[in-house]
Order: sequence, then structure tokens, then C-alpha cells
Amino acid sequence: MTNENVDVAVIGSGPAGLAAAVSAKENGANYVVIIDRNSWKGGILPQCIHDGFGLEETGNSMTGPEYIQMYIDDAKKHNIDFLTETMVINIDKNKTITAVNKNGIYKINAESIILSMGCREKTRWNIMVPGDRPSGIYTAGVAQAFINLYNIIPGKNIVILGSGDVGLIMARRLKLEGLNVLGVLEILPHASGLPRNVVQCLDDYEIPLYLNHTVTHIDGRERLESVTIAQIDNKKNIVKGSEKKIKCDTLLLSFGLIPENELSKDAGIKIDNITGGPVVDQTYETNIPGIYACGNCLQVYDTVDVLSKSAKLVGKNAVVKLIKNKKSIFVKPGKNIRYVIPQIINKKGLINFTMRVNKPAQNVTLKIKADEKEIYKKKQRWVNPANMIELTLEITHEILKKGKTLVVNLHE
Amino acid sequence: MKNFHVAIIGGGVIGSAIAWELSKYKLDVVVFEKGLDVCSGTSKANSGVIHSGINSTPGTLKARFCVEGNKMFTDLAEKLGFSLKWTGKYVIAKNPLESQEIDRLIKVGKKNNVLGLEIHTGAVVKKRESNLSCFEALWVPTAGVILPYEFTIVLAENAVKNNVNFLLETKVTNIKKYEKGFKIETNKGVFSSNILINSGGLSCREIVSMVEKPDFKVYPCRGEYLVLDKNYSNLINSMIYPVPPAKLGVLGVHITPTIEGNILIGPSAEFIDDPDDKKTTLHMMKTLLKEAKEIIPSIPENAIISAYSGIRCKLLSPQQSGIADYRIEESKRTPGLINLLGIESPGLTSAPAIAKEVTKLISKFYNLEFKKDFKIIKKQPRFSNLKENQQFNLIKKDEKYGRIICRCEQITEAEVIKALSNLLHARSISSVQYRCRAGMGRCQGGFCTQHLLRIMQEKFGMKIDEIKMKSPDSYLFTGYNRELKK
Repeated sequence: MTNENVDVAVIGSGPAGLAAAVSAKENGANYVVIIDRNSWKGGILPQCIHDGFGLEETGNSMTGPEYIQMYIDDAKKHNIDFLTETMVINIDKNKTITAVNKNGIYKINAESIILSMGCREKTRWNIMVPGDRPSGIYTAGVAQAFINLYNIIPGKNIVILGSGDVGLIMARRLKLEGLNVLGVLEILPHASGLPRNVVQCLDDYEIPLYLNHTVTHIDGRERLESVTIAQIDNKKNIVKGSEKKIKCDTLLLSFGLIPENELSKDAGIKIDNITGGPVVDQTYETNIPGIYACGNCLQVYDTVDVLSKSAKLVGKNAVVKLIKNKKSIFVKPGKNIRYVIPQIINKKGLINFTMRVNKPAQNVTLKIKADEKEIYKKKQRWVNPANMIELTLEITHEILKKGKTLVVNLHE
Repeated sequence: MKNFHVAIIGGGVIGSAIAWELSKYKLDVVVFEKGLDVCSGTSKANSGVIHSGINSTPGTLKARFCVEGNKMFTDLAEKLGFSLKWTGKYVIAKNPLESQEIDRLIKVGKKNNVLGLEIHTGAVVKKRESNLSCFEALWVPTAGVILPYEFTIVLAENAVKNNVNFLLETKVTNIKKYEKGFKIETNKGVFSSNILINSGGLSCREIVSMVEKPDFKVYPCRGEYLVLDKNYSNLINSMIYPVPPAKLGVLGVHITPTIEGNILIGPSAEFIDDPDDKKTTLHMMKTLLKEAKEIIPSIPENAIISAYSGIRCKLLSPQQSGIADYRIEESKRTPGLINLLGIESPGLTSAPAIAKEVTKLISKFYNLEFKKDFKIIKKQPRFSNLKENQQFNLIKKDEKYGRIICRCEQITEAEVIKALSNLLHARSISSVQYRCRAGMGRCQGGFCTQHLLRIMQEKFGMKIDEIKMKSPDSYLFTGYNRELKK
């Protein structure tokens, strides 16, 4: 059994974990360790070989491996310790981490813990696609790993169900490999991925996007043989007569991502039912003092640039322990708003808010009320659930002292 | 051509239990299994329940073997190391009318010598199962759960350890009866045996018809299941059954806590034409959830992590009530052919008792003599269930125990390697899943499949086109993206 005491322990070496660790070090932490279950560093980014990473952050468009190398180099420069091929199996309330690797079992006592476990993909059963259970059904991210990391082709004739960003990127990737991408199906009336990905990954390659469509049945006793697709009306019922069978050997699923918080839940950290991530205050601290959350295990971000930016803040907060003002106000999503982070504010100052809307809309006004008083108002030409809204707002001592809730509304 | 004393067709739980029982004696035994692994059909896709015997008509073989089998499980689990949990079961009556059915079950249970039956009032039930509301319920303490695939695999691998030949991917195509026994033609060659045991499950009629004209029919009856995430394991403590529906000869949609902490909802009951049609349907998924919510309203809709179905082998059609007894007998027309027909629920419970019965039938042909060197391999507990110092010692012995590759179920690389090194040489993805559970958690293999692939290639020299999910044509990949340079 190995016992270690560290200032900051970071769980997960993806972009959030690396950015937070570097920032913790820059802000004065002496001993920072990153624990990761994989043999490599960088989480999912080494398999994201398409470009577009870092454009907002650095002005250069990079591939995933290039982007993450920047942070890995930074981490090395700052003498951050890595424990790779190491699985965290438990975190307790006293901030002791139990982890396992080939050298044995570790007990790591941390002053601060940063959760950056990322997310996992939804599977076939999250949306209950009925039919046979053949091989040839992959989540988009798993197929991406096979192609980009292992040089393996999962199949030849491919249907993609769900228009999340990973699915869109994979449609293009498979097409570039000369495979037959038959189309992308989306049950909603709009794509769930970023509009720029619809243009760059589907339109530019003439891959059809079928909105209001889904797979109603899977056929194939051993390997996938065909899927039945159908049009869906606005009550999510199948439009009669619209069903047709499409022959294919592979079905990729891109239904979206679920923040990974099994460790957080076991530790007793409160989870927001909508985001799937921990409930955090403006410093990104969870209900357990000294445990912070960032990256896709907090909420699923649109781009790594925005994710890294907020992860850096978290790294800083984990070091510069802010004295907590006991008075808290709650931030609530109001009309047409799906969620807002942070959910709690307990200190005055400039607060960075991130949020998503429920559905696409045009010419709308975003308003924030502190109890009955309007403290923010901005017109937006358009909003889209796929595009996270970010804003910074000063929360004064006054608001904090008098208020109970902040409500964010979107008015049409 | 080697002549076997006994040939067994079918490596389900019945065939495997018979093989293990026979492996205790000085006999040459062979098992033909058409799948990539044992337990590839009905035996793997059921509720995993060890039944008490309250549901089988007194005097039937079903009642006899169920009660006898039930009593054998504690000892078997101790010996062989498979998981067994006596959760007990409630059969609930929602109203006084349904209570009449409970009175009937008690009478049946008592006739079958099922011990410990009690009637609990709704209030008592509420204390023990806080999410359950009912008028009253029958408490059955002698009902339990196992993992049906784990049990079958443990039996089969122990049989192999004691020199039974298990031939996987071996489909019997024809059988010829000759004076001294049987010539069995398969896709892997011709074999001969003196005694032939037909434990072909849903294929039992097909096998009989290779030898003689069958005097029965098989009516496949599909049962679909939903699997809930482990996060909801505290919804119930024991199995919860409704009173059995009046028709079809089934027990109704029940809620079963599994060994692993998942909860099962099912099975449905639907007579179908094609015995291989193991699909799941949207209609049934919705029905299952609805019926389960009628029993436990707090079951969440978004908790499902998987769905599957299994097919019952029934000997009577729904018009004929669907309820038939087992047939376990030597054919009158073909001496030496031992048929096991219509082995449906409680077949899993009955398996060890049926194996004893079949051994008795075989003892009429041979003077059975115990092997002196009979061995038992006891299944070892999972790494994640061990105490920290035990885990530490294992890692010191083999560092691959320190490499957890299945994040959801916390399964180590050493356990995956052990699973792939099984005595049956079964190496499909589901062979690994059923032996060590890697890939069966909530991410459904999203994280660990790439590690399985790595281990299969590096450690076992498997090529990517040899990697199958569960059956000979369930290949995972179509090739390499770029040619590998040597």
C-alpha cells in the first residue's frame, strides 16, 4: 500500500484535467498529481484527428492530438506527476483517493481534488432501439477509436443514428476512407450537433441528413443485416407508411454524452439531474469542501476551447481557497432555458455563467432577474441547444445579501 | 473413429449438468454444441431464478425435479464457487380476489413439500419492501437467484477438467442408428457412441426426427426482458411476482434482483413460429415497463441499460393450455436414445436433479464406477469483491490484477486473460463477458472493447477477423484501414 500526500489530485488526464492541473501549478500548488486509467495522456483527444481544436483559444486550428500535446508539454514543464494505467476506485469525504495500478494500491490524501472524468456515450438501450442483437452496432466514439487508434474498419455500409457532433465527424471520416455512408438520422426536427459540423461533415460530402427520422427495428441474427427507418411526427409517433428497410452492416450511434460521475456519487457529491454533473458554486466547488468539478463530467461542452478555459479557473480555485461567505443564492433556469452553471453563488464578484436553451429560436432576449429585479438583458439574433451561451456578470454584495434566487429567462 | 460411451447433444444447462455428473464416472463422454460457447441459447436468457416448487403441479416431473434441484444448490454453489443468493420471493395479491390464487399456491407448495411458506399482510410486506404496495403476499423463503451462464459454464468447464470432450461450433447434421449405437454426423466429422442424449433444447424435435418420427411438437414461446442500471438495486430486496396469469402456463412479468445488482423486468410470453427469433420489440418493452410499474410505481423510465429475450421450449400450444410436463425418458422405439423434451422453467433449478436422473438411466447400460482422480475447479471470487489486502497480494503475484480495464464493473486485465484461457477454448466477446463480466455494465463495452481487442491480439494471437461477438458469423470488423507494413 502506497500512501501519498498531495496538494491537488486531478482525476482524468483529458483536456480539462490537464488545463486544471497546469493552472493549479501556476497558481502556487507544490505537488499536483494527475491520475488516468489509460496508458496514454489526453483522454479522448488523441483519437480526434480532425481539426478545429484551439481556434478560439490560440487562433490556430489544430487536430486533437496537436492540441492536447500543447497541454501535455505544459504539464511536463510544470513538473506535474502522472499516474497512468491507474484506476481510481474510491474517493471519500476526507479527500482520500483509493487507486489501483500494477504496482499495487494507492491511498492519496489531497488538499483539493479536481474531478475531470469526462463523459461516456449513450448506448442503444438509452433510447431503446428494438430488434435483434447482432454485432455491427457501435457508438460513434468507439468506432472512432477503432479507425483512428487501431487502424481497424468496423464495417462497409454504414447508417448513423443520431446527429451528435461525434456522429457527424464520423460520417465524414468514414466517407474519407471510401466507405459507404448511407445517411444520418435524427429524431428531432434539428441537428443535435453544431451547425458548422452539419455543413462541413455532411453537406460538403453529400451525406444525407434525415431529420424527424429514427431506426424502428434492427435486423440480423449474427451480424447486422438491415435497419428499418421511419419518419416521426411531432408527438414522436411513427408516420404510417414511412417505414423502409435499409441494408447495412454497421450502425453507428450518436445520441450524445453522459457525464461520468459514478465516483462522485459514491463520494456523496450532489448531482444535478439535468446536467448529469455535480452541483457546483461559482468556484466550481461541489457540496464536499475541497472537491471541484470541471470539463465534461460537469457538463458536456461544445468545444474544448471553452472547456479548457473554465477548467483553468477550477485549477486556480482549487489552490486559492476562497473564504466562503455563508449566504448563498440559487441560480435557476427559467423560461426556455435548460440549465445554468453555476447553480449556487456565495461570493460577490464577476461570475462566468454557462447555459443552454431548450430549443432553437430567433430574435430573442435573454434576461436575468435577481428575485424581481432585472440585472441583465441582452438581445440574441438566434439561439440553439447545440450552442452553449456564455456570459459574465457582476454579482454585487447587494444582490447576494438581499436575493434568494437568480432566474434566467429567454423571451421570444 | 473413437467410440464414446455417451454422446450429449446440446451444451445448455441440461447438457452441461449431465456432462458434469457423468464426468465423475469412468466413461468416455462427448458433448456437441453448435454455438461458439456453451450456454448459447435458452439457458443464458432467462430470469436466473432457483424456484421453490410452488408453481408446479404436484406429481409431475417438473415438481419433483424442481424441489430436488432446489435442495442441491447451496451445496453445489459452495463446491463449485458460482454465485447464489437466497433472496426469497413475494407473490403479491393486489386484492382479495387475487388472494384466492395465493391460497391455491400454498396448497400446491405444501403438496410439493416446499417449506417456510407464509402469508404476509400488506403492512408487513411494506416494512420489508418499502416500494411495494399490495393487499397481501405469499412469502417464499426458498427461492433464490444465480447467474445462469456462470452456472452452466462452471459445470461445463469442470466436466472438461474431468476429461469430457466438449466440441464447440459442432452442429449435428444427421444421426444413424446401428446395432451397437449411433453414428453422429456433424460439420466437424463423424462420431459414434453407444448412448445418445438429446438435450438439444429448442432443437430437441429436430434431433429426434433424425432417428425416428417424433410424437410431439415444439411451440417456441418468447420472453423479453429489460435490465435496469445497478444504481436502482435498492428498489427491491427479494423477487416480486404477480399471481400467475390464468393462461399460457407462465409465471407472469416479475421483478428480479440479480446477483450483480441489476434488476430484471420480465419475461413476456409470446408464442412465435421461429425458435431462433430472439428479437426485442418496442411494444413488449413498453408493456414490460408498464406492468412492472403496476407492481412498483417508483421504477424510473430512464434506468434501462439493456434488453434481451429468450425462447421457452413448450410442448403444448396456447390453445392446449401451454402447460406440459417434462419428458425425460429412453425412447421406446430407439433403445439407447435418451430424450429430454420440453425442458422449460423451472429447468435451470431442475438441471442438477435431472442430471442425476439421467445418470440413473445410464446406469442400466453400464456399471458406473467413480473416478479416483475426480477434480473440482472452484470459481474464484472477483477481484473487485476482495478485501484490500487480498487485492494487494494478487497484484504482487501478477501485476495484471492492477490493471482495471472494465471501468463499470471494475474487472482487471488478469481476469480477462483468465476468461480467455478457459478450458473450452471459447473466445468470443460474450465468452469473456459471461466468464468475468467485462463489458456488461452501463457503458456496454464502450470503454473496454478496445482493451479486449488488444488482449485477444497480443496475448492470444487472434486476428481481427477471428474476433466474434457471440456466434460464428457475428464478426466485429471487416478489415484494416491501411495495410500494415512489415
